[in-house]
Amino acid sequence: MGTEVTHAIADGILGGGVYALMAAGLTLIFGVLDIINVAQGIMVVLGAYLSYVLSVHLHLNVLTGLLITVPVMFVIGVAIHWLFIRPLRGSERTSMTLLACFAVALITEGILYWRFGSNYVSLHNSYSESSVHVLGFYLADIYLIGFGLAVAAIAALYLILYRTTFGRAVRATMQNQTAARLVGIDVTRVAAVTFGIGTAVTAVGGMVFGSINSFTPNSGYDLISRLLAIVILAGMGSIGGALVAAVLMTTAEALVDIWQPDWAVAVFYLAMVIILTVRPGGLFGRRAVRAQ
Amino acid sequence: MTVTSDAAEIALRTEGISKSFGGVHALAGCSLTVPAGGITGLIGPNGSGKTTLFNVMTGYERPDAGQVFLSGRQITGAPPSRVFALGVGRTFQLTRIFPRLTVLENMLVPGQRGRSRRQHREHAMDLLAFTGIAGHADKLAGTLSYGQRKLLELAYVLVADPAVVLLDEPAGGVNPSLIHHIADRIREMNKTGTTFLLVEHNMDFVMTLCDQVTVLDSGAVVASGPPAAVRADPRVLDAYLGSGDDDDDD
Amino acid sequence: MLASPGAARSLRIAGVAALIALAALFPILFPNPTATNFGVVTLIFVAVTSAWNIFSGYSGYLSLGHAVFYGTGAYFLVVAARDWHLTGSAIFWLLPLGGLAAALIAVPVGLIALRVRRHTFVVITIAFFFIAQLSAGNLSVTGGSSGLLVPVPNNWDPATYNNPFYYVGLIIAVATVALAVAIRRSRYGLQLRAIRDDEDRAAGLGVRAMPVKLSALVLSAFITGMAGALWVYFIGQAVPQFVFDPLFDLAVVLMGFFGGLGTVAGPVLGALVLEPSQLWLNLQESNGYTSEILFGALFLVVILFLPRGVLPTAAEYITAGRARLLRRREQQQGAPGAQAPTPAAGSAP
Repeated sequence: MGTEVTHAIADGILGGGVYALMAAGLTLIFGVLDIINVAQGIMVVLGAYLSYVLSVHLHLNVLTGLLITVPVMFVIGVAIHWLFIRPLRGSERTSMTLLACFAVALITEGILYWRFGSNYVSLHNSYSESSVHVLGFYLADIYLIGFGLAVAAIAALYLILYRTTFGRAVRATMQNQTAARLVGIDVTRVAAVTFGIGTAVTAVGGMVFGSINSFTPNSGYDLISRLLAIVILAGMGSIGGALVAAVLMTTAEALVDIWQPDWAVAVFYLAMVIILTVRPGGLFGRRAVRAQ
Repeated sequence: MTVTSDAAEIALRTEGISKSFGGVHALAGCSLTVPAGGITGLIGPNGSGKTTLFNVMTGYERPDAGQVFLSGRQITGAPPSRVFALGVGRTFQLTRIFPRLTVLENMLVPGQRGRSRRQHREHAMDLLAFTGIAGHADKLAGTLSYGQRKLLELAYVLVADPAVVLLDEPAGGVNPSLIHHIADRIREMNKTGTTFLLVEHNMDFVMTLCDQVTVLDSGAVVASGPPAAVRADPRVLDAYLGSGDDDDDD
Repeated sequence: MLASPGAARSLRIAGVAALIALAALFPILFPNPTATNFGVVTLIFVAVTSAWNIFSGYSGYLSLGHAVFYGTGAYFLVVAARDWHLTGSAIFWLLPLGGLAAALIAVPVGLIALRVRRHTFVVITIAFFFIAQLSAGNLSVTGGSSGLLVPVPNNWDPATYNNPFYYVGLIIAVATVALAVAIRRSRYGLQLRAIRDDEDRAAGLGVRAMPVKLSALVLSAFITGMAGALWVYFIGQAVPQFVFDPLFDLAVVLMGFFGGLGTVAGPVLGALVLEPSQLWLNLQESNGYTSEILFGALFLVVILFLPRGVLPTAAEYITAGRARLLRRREQQQGAPGAQAPTPAAGSAP
């Protein structure tokens, strides 16, 4: 029993790291563009399929494949922003951009169905097969690698945000768009690049997700619902909060999974609903809660 | 119309209101009196706390300390809808109207008190005529010019027959002939007994229209009295010229 | 076309009456079961889209989770029909009850979701959607992931099988649109629209935002639940992925936006145009993804180029065209004040 619990906690923390990375992308996009990218889930699946294609058809090692998929997803993100989000204006902007993301998600899902069909595929590779023996149970290598990648990517994000000029521009835009414009920051470009970064992290998430689970284009829904629950629980706009929330929720799910596998994922939603009733702004919400 | 004697009735009063945002003390022990039936002006340099005071008085902000009294009755912390129901109307610095509703529909949003639907409409149209924009009744409010929006805000704040009206910069950003028109309308309404408290930067407007002027500086009242007296008060000059740190807005 | 307001109004009423009459005659004019099948589903979407618009269009709170109410009504009907041993037309009496079940669910959902910013609200509705789908898939009362079968009437003549469903659907659709009109004209509707434009300001003017928003949501849920119940009875089975389908939510939102958010005729137009198109597409291409891609693309087109929807944009074109015609006519007649009508100036009106 004890081993099971420890195993679950370990799985939870490690898995949480990857979700945290994807949620961080969502939070970043929200912070800068003030939109919730509901396409993030399907982007992860897209990243997984990209890794799949590289791995199966070009026989590239999945880690090496990341060197290609990350830039590609970055470009896709920038393109989506440039084509479908940037042109939106007016008082309904926030709702419209959210719906635009929804539409992009559906189109992407449709295209994936078209190219790959609805069969389950997987990125099983050497990392998923081999594992490490630790504390009385086996931890698949991919979990450790995934966690490591997530940590590295989040660290890179922080570095960019706090150590580069561009990062300073991003933080300025997050705090006050008008003021940022006034000091000469090209807010549109910042937005485009941020969206690109937010999408690029899904390449990593996708690779890890695809190596652990088998997936179809339909898997995007489950992903986005978890990511949304994490971000709502954490409170919009808090990257650190998203990290904590992600790890908490995946760990809780892993624990519940020991006894009630069918309802395990409900943990995500239950936590979200409970927090919302008590604190509508989320645990670490930094934005004002009031409507509008 | 001239009031401001101690024996006169007090419409609205604050006592020791303090409010800070983060490290910024917007209001510090602010005690203000608005005599019933008068037109009181509230002036002060930028950052002196005027809009914050309005927000506290009308329930949009809760004070950290102090109390607000309406006709002797405590209303501190009451939500905006309650303050409105008690007979206090309020406008905003940057006009807040309902852009996708027509001008007339804007007028019909505030609750009607004991009026039938038809009477409500007639009253609304009367007020639109009073402020001079009745001709635009069926236009979408979003298409109005800035000056017209100011008039609309003035009109709909009066729809529910408030006893006290707080105007935040009614003459701000508006051309001179319209300013004259607005002052005139305020005077007219005042004749029927409505108490006014207005925040304004336009000194001519304040000095000619108001029968009492209160000066705010750094979140507290520094002077209060008839316009001529306040104008000559050295503390007021100090407040405007002496206050070095102009931080954020009110 | 420069008719007086009175004449325009009579024209509109006549037009609506003609439309309803046509709809009532439709199954007789086109008795082909495929046609009436299209008719039933289209009418259901007219009702749902109008109901969605009553809440989201008027209040500005976009719900992407109305499938929750649709599915609640649906599952209620299936479970009740089974447990109360109802068959045949008696099951139609369950429709309002299904609506009621959905309305009851709407209360806690609304109390939780309507306290946050508009934007977070949308996301929360998405989350509730997933909760509903998950619950339906796991609970035994709803038959788990394999779902439940509906006791369909097997003694009805196959040639006119669709007709009862059609007429019930028509009644619900017409009633919903009538309700939408009534609300739009009422003070209640005004309060909703004021909330849409500036909720805090409306609150400051005495509009009690939460009761107004919540009641609109409950009303919207009631109708959507009824429609869901009708639909599930029509197709004969309730399976979680189809009852709680994200594409349903997208379709409803798209139809609402396409026609014109917040108008009365907009959702109707959207449903009448888009639903038969989707059904037809699904007939041509048996895969599911073509309609998904096309609808997503259409959605982007509407958002980017017709953000206010077809009807309001068309109305603007007509008004602008009319104004231009008037101006040209005045100039030709050499009328003295034949200047282009200036927008109201800022000086004393």
